[in-house]
This record gives sequence, structure tokens and C-alpha cells, in this order.
Amino acid sequence: MIQLNVNGKPQSVDVAADTPLLWVLRDTLGLTGTKYGCGQALCGVCTVHVDGAPMRACVTPVSAVAGRKVTTIETADQSRVGKAVQEAWRKLDVVQCGYCQSGQIMGAIALLSQNRKPTDADIDNALSGNLCRCATYVRIRAAVHLAAKSLA
Amino acid sequence: MSTMQIENVSRRSFLQGVAGLTLSFCLPALAAPAAAGKTAAAVVPFEPNAFLRIGSDNSVTVIAKHLEMGQGTYTGLGTILAEELDAAWKTVRIEGAPADASRYNNLFWGPAQGTGGSTAIANSWDQLRQAGASARAMLVNAAAQRWKVPAAEITVRDGVVSHVPSKRRLRFGELAAEASQQAVPVNVVLKEPKDFRLIGKHAPRKDSADKTNGRAVFTQDIRLPGMLVAVVAHPPRFGATVKSFDAGAAKRVKGVGDVVQIPSGVAVLASDTWSAKKGRDALRVDWDESRAFKLGSEEILARYRELAKQPGLVAHQAGDTDKAFAGAAKVVKAAYDFPYIAHAAMEPMNCVIRLSAEGCEVWNGEQMHTGDQHQLAGIFGLKPEQVKINMLYAGGSFGRRANTKSDYVVEAAHIVKASGGKAPVKLVWLREDDMRAGYYRPLFHHTMEAALDASGKLTGWRHRLVGQSILTGSPFAAMVKDGIDAVSVEGAANLPYAIPNLRGDLHTPKDIDVPVLWWRSVGSSHTAYSTEVFLDLVAKASGKDPVALRLELLGDKPRHSGVLRLAAEKAGWGTPLKPGAPGTRRGRGVAVHESFHSYVAQVAEVTVAADGSLKVDRVVCAVDCGIAVNPDNVRSQVEGAVGFALSAALYGEITLKDGAVVQGNFDGFPLLRINEMPRVEVHILPSTAKPTGIGEPGVPPLAPAVANAIGAATGKYPGRLPFVTAELRA
Ligand code: FES
Ligand code: FES
Repeated sequence: MIQLNVNGKPQSVDVAADTPLLWVLRDTLGLTGTKYGCGQALCGVCTVHVDGAPMRACVTPVSAVAGRKVTTIETADQSRVGKAVQEAWRKLDVVQCGYCQSGQIMGAIALLSQNRKPTDADIDNALSGNLCRCATYVRIRAAVHLAAKSLA
Repeated sequence: MSTMQIENVSRRSFLQGVAGLTLSFCLPALAAPAAAGKTAAAVVPFEPNAFLRIGSDNSVTVIAKHLEMGQGTYTGLGTILAEELDAAWKTVRIEGAPADASRYNNLFWGPAQGTGGSTAIANSWDQLRQAGASARAMLVNAAAQRWKVPAAEITVRDGVVSHVPSKRRLRFGELAAEASQQAVPVNVVLKEPKDFRLIGKHAPRKDSADKTNGRAVFTQDIRLPGMLVAVVAHPPRFGATVKSFDAGAAKRVKGVGDVVQIPSGVAVLASDTWSAKKGRDALRVDWDESRAFKLGSEEILARYRELAKQPGLVAHQAGDTDKAFAGAAKVVKAAYDFPYIAHAAMEPMNCVIRLSAEGCEVWNGEQMHTGDQHQLAGIFGLKPEQVKINMLYAGGSFGRRANTKSDYVVEAAHIVKASGGKAPVKLVWLREDDMRAGYYRPLFHHTMEAALDASGKLTGWRHRLVGQSILTGSPFAAMVKDGIDAVSVEGAANLPYAIPNLRGDLHTPKDIDVPVLWWRSVGSSHTAYSTEVFLDLVAKASGKDPVALRLELLGDKPRHSGVLRLAAEKAGWGTPLKPGAPGTRRGRGVAVHESFHSYVAQVAEVTVAADGSLKVDRVVCAVDCGIAVNPDNVRSQVEGAVGFALSAALYGEITLKDGAVVQGNFDGFPLLRINEMPRVEVHILPSTAKPTGIGEPGVPPLAPAVANAIGAATGKYPGRLPFVTAELRA
């Protein structure tokens, strides 16, 4: 049994210690907002926060986050920054297929939590590991700026 | 006012007949494409036709017959119906239609239901306008009856039916029950475009909320009671089969249950995805490769180059090309190579199937309802109508899910069958499975020749294409005529330029057994490149400006010229480009192309560094897609198409080595990143023409516009995709 704290709730899961956090979230806990895209930290669609920092859940063994605070897209709206980011995303209709967007949003929240006025270069740095096959990048960038403005 | 008659009796009975049918249909909660789509309070729904349900709670549910895979289709379809219905946009919900081609066929595909070819909005335009207008008329008649006033005195706006003289008003929901009693009108009056309140205005996407809070349900997210997850060991080469396998180690993995052989490999079934993957990795399979395809991309290309030396089957011709070349003062020649390329949708292919006494039920990002129904019916010995399909959001497709052989759906069915149908199965392809499964955009080789007379006028054009056919052997084989696959030569055979003598021919090699498929914009993904880059070489040889030459050759093509002029103007064509950092070279390039009856011109600005690496700084796009149902979505699609196409131009390549696919994940098959995304401007040409596609048409002009910008900057016009930046060193 591994003790986890996911979205503010204590959870104990009976899985092999090497199981990636991604599959524990999705298959064991039913939190399917976090997606699978590559399994090798190459695409960012599985991005979650561990103690507030963005992490690729697909390469993070569940044992490595025991006792740490894991936050997923499902509770992104519970922080002021998260709400602002989601609102900006909706206002600009960023999404297309939507499959990468949980990861994009978690990446953006992590950025804006650290940096309330990111430049384009800051956005590139923070989000260049989050691939979007639909290439919604123009709007992702605009939405991060919009969220920053609404938080100012 | 334009009056559109619902033409005939069969049409009327179509609309009337479906009312009873829709009553009984209700998607299971898990299948609801939008989690918010459950209309619990709808006591007496008004269901005037197969596309609409109005609840007594005022909910307006539009039934979308097409897949939402990112293109804004749900929103667009809803907008068209809501416009004629005069519904309040915020009360409109979209629900995916079930598989039933008798009601939900793609009107451009005859009797088949499915999504593709940028047809969703175009084929639904009249149908959904009529559906909305006829429902509106029934609501008006119900109100007229209740209030005992003439129907002509009644107005409808934002979901409210009003009789202004008597100051009475009712919301749709309050009239639902009475509207159900009204006859379906024979004639419906459609709005004049000037009266549109949603079409051409801003109607926010219906899927934005659920796709930003993790609630949108994709196939990957389905979990049914007792469901097993299957991960499959596929052969390393196309055409190989299982000789034998040892499941011992796989079965020792905790969570793994059955290991079953299927036609496409060996499937490991487990309680969860990670266990299934571990089991699959522990499996030992001995493959029979005696009939496997073993050529590499290099060898295939070498064969194609050889073939290109001989004439192929004529796809299009005009005038006397040989004479034009015999009398030419100058001949320009070039060759272009295009690799196999994967769709690489962000959600790898996957499918859930459950077998029951009544038939089978499928959960899928469903793009080919009718084809998939038939395939599954064949495997399970069912009637096609016993195959129930829940169409979920798809995490991208770009053509991949519209598989002419239903490949991954069939694979899932074989796993269910081989495991005795005991449990529902979710087939999960890991990224490597998805990238190596084939069904690529075919590798193509083009050769081009142009004849110029002494005055520099373009008098002759020869275009030869070599590449596999997508349609041969598919349900769309009727589009192969006299050996010419229409989608091999589309974009080339209908070259818009007035050239007096031209000839295009095609070689279709039959011995290359690599599975191929349409990839966003299909033939135009290569023909736009060869024709538009070659035209810039012609412009250079004749000393003409690329835009001026195009306009000259587009004399009788107003829609091509229209977008070309607009893009050139907005991009500042002809004005000097600001110089880049020292050591860099900058250039501007243009391309124009029609695909799926939509016209797009793009002007790209590019900076090439001394080491040949390049950055696309800005892309100005002009679009004519008829009436833009949702202009913001048109912009969004074109922005995305620019990034998608740039990804392909810079990186997109699947390479075969001895028949095996080299790339497996995004390290070998990189996608464009946010820091590489150019600034994009999209300008929409006003139009009164019926809407045409927008999912694909933004793709074709991008690579040639960038290549032409590279040519302007460096003098080198790339002869292959993806670009070889080493060739662009200063
Ligand atoms: S799935 Fe984790 S980075 Fe791609
Ligand atoms: S929205 Fe489709 S992958 Fe990003």
C-alpha cells in the first residue's frame, strides 16, 4: 500500500511501486483528466503538479510521490491562478481536440504561480515541452498573457 | 426571403419518420460526449427531427452526426441549426449521433455515415438549416394555436416565442409539448444571411469548458464494469505474422489475465493499462517474416525515381505539350520527394468493445460509422445495425481514424472474440504502436518540367507523380478511374493556372505493401508543394514576381486570385523585409491552393541562420471558405493547420529500414513546439457562397510558401520534405 495525497485527499493504493503515477491516477483512482501521450516525458500531456511544481506523471513512479501533494486538472479551479487560466482558455477558445490541454493548463498554472508577468520567452521556456498536435500554440500564448492580465 | 421547399414526399417522411425513432435513443452516461449533456429534467421532449430535441426545461439539444476531433464541428453544426431555430446559444447542447446511416449519413458520401474530407459543415448546411427552420415553424404554430393569433404575428428570438401586440411570450420549453402535436411543415422559410445572428458572428465553442477541466470523455477514459485493457505485440514488419509465442513471463505479471493470438499479433489482457504493457513487454513472439515487406524508404525512392523516367498513365492533359517543349527557349526542371508521414494524433488509437446478447457496443472517436459497423458485423456474425457505436471526442485524427480497413477497431474486435467475449475490452495502443502501425501518407516522388518561350511566357508544363494509391481496394475504390486514383493527383490534375499545354501522369506502384491513408489534406499535402514551389522556379526563370505571375495565370479563377491578392496585400508583399540579425538571411514566399472547395493563400516570412536552421516568423493567410459559419473557428483551424503543416515541413518523416519503421515516439518524430510557432494572421474573404471545408485547406499552402521564402532568402528551393537544413548553410 502506498499512501498518496491527491487533490487534497489522502489515498492509499495497492499497486507495484514502479507503476507510473499517470496510470495510478487514471486506472486506479479514475482521474482521467490527465492524459497519456508518449510515456517517455516527450509530450507533456500527462503534466500534473507535485508540491506545486509541474511533473510528467508518465515517468514518475508512484512511490516517488508518496506523502507529497499531487494536484491534477480535476481541481485546477480551486486556486485563483487555476481559475484565471481556465477562464482565459475558454474566453479565447484555445482548445481543438483538447487532448493535450490538461497538460498545457497545468503547465501554464505552474508558470503563472511562479511568474505573474511572463514574457513570450518565459512562456516558451515553460511550455515548449508541452506538445499540441493541433498546434493551438497561438492561442495558448495569448491565453497565458490574458490570464496574467486578469491576475494583475 | 428565400424559400426552400423540403423537396418531396420522401424528404418529408424522412423528417417525420425519425421523430418516433429519436424518442427511444439515449446515450449511456459514459458515452455522453459532453458530460454536461444529460438532460434529466426533459419530461416531454419536442423531437421534430433526427437533429433536435427541445426539453420542457428549455434545453436545446442538437444531435451532431459528425465527429468532433478538434475542428469545432460540434459547435459549427449546432450553430447552423440554432440559427434557423432562433435558439439562445447558451442553452444549446451538442450530443453525438448514434450509428444509423438511414438518418445520419454524410450527404456527400451517399449512404454512408462518417466524417472526413472537410465535409461536415458543407454537407450539413441545408439539412440543419431545414431542421432548425422546420422546428421553429412548429413552435410558432403551437404558440399561434394557444394564443389564437395569426402565426405571422409571432416572432422568435433567443429561445423565446413572442406575440408583441398582446405582449405574450413563452420559452421553447413551455411550448415543447404542444409543438410536438404540430404537423411537420412542407415549406420552410430560411433566413436571409443579413438576418443571421449566430452564423458569421461569435458563437463560443461548446467543448471548451469540458476540455479545460478534464471532464471531456475520450475513448482512453472509458472504464466499464469488468473491463480489461489490451496491449498488443505487433510484428516488426508489415505483412509478418505470428509463428509462435511464449506467454509464460507475460502471465506472471500481476494483473495479466489472458494472452490471445489475433490476426494482427498477440494481445495481452490485464486489469489495467500498466500491467497490460508490462505483460506485452514480457511476451516472447517468434514472427514469420517470409511474406513481410522488407524494403527501406531509400530503396522505395530509388525505384520511384527509376519509374519516373518513363511516362505513366495520363491524369490530365491539354494542348500539345511535346510541341511546346520542342519549341521552348528555356526549360526548367525540378524533382520533389515526400516521405511517409504519420498522423500522430495526440490520443493514440484505441477502442472499447463490449459484446452482449443483443449485439456489440463500441466506444470510439468514431469517424467511419458505417464502414466500422460492417467490419464488426462480419467479425461477430451480427447485422450491421446490431453494432451500436458511441461516438466520443477524438484526441485528433487528421485522417487516421477514417480507416478504410477499420484497422484498430477490427483489432479490438478480434481481441474480444479471441478472449471469448467474456469481458469488455479496451484496446490501448501505446505511442510506439500508433506510430509503427502504418497507414501513412504515402511516399511520393514528383518530377516537373516547364517550357518557357523566348518572351519568358510559360507555354508548357509536365508533371509526373509516383506513389501508392490510397483508394484502391478501399470502399472508395470507385474514385479510381482508368488506373488513376483521384486523390493521388488532386491538386495537380486540377491545376488552376492557365497554361496552354500541359500533361500530368501517374505511376501507381503495386508492389509496395506499406499501408497508406489520407493525411490532413490528402493529395494536396504533396501536390500543392510541387506545383507551387515549381511555379516560383518558373517565376525566377522568367524574371517575374511570384504574385504577379500567379495572378496572370489565374485569369479566370476569381476565388484563387481573391485570396492571393488579400494575403499579398496584408503581408505587405513587395515592401522590403526588415533585415534579421547579422549573418541571417530573410525571405518572403507565397503559395495559393484550393482543396475541398476552399481557397487559401499564405505568405510566409522566414529567417535562415548561417547554419541553415530556420525560423518561420510570420504567416499571413487569406481564406475563402464560402460563408464562414464561425469565423473565430475558421481562424483557429487555419492557425492550427499552419502549425501542423510546419511540423511536417520541418520534421515530419516516417522512415523504413529493411521494412521496419525507424521512428517510434516523439524523439524520432518531433512535433512543432510553441517556441517554433510563427505569428499567424488569418483574413477571411466575405462570401455568400455555401460554406465549404476548413479542417484541411489551411495545410497545403504552408510548406510551399515557406519553401518559397527559403528560396527568396537563400536562392535554394528545397526539393524534399522535410527540409534538409544542412543544404541551406550560408
Ligand atoms: S505522456 Fe507523459 S510526457 Fe508524454
Ligand atoms: S488540442 Fe489537440 S493536441 Fe492540443
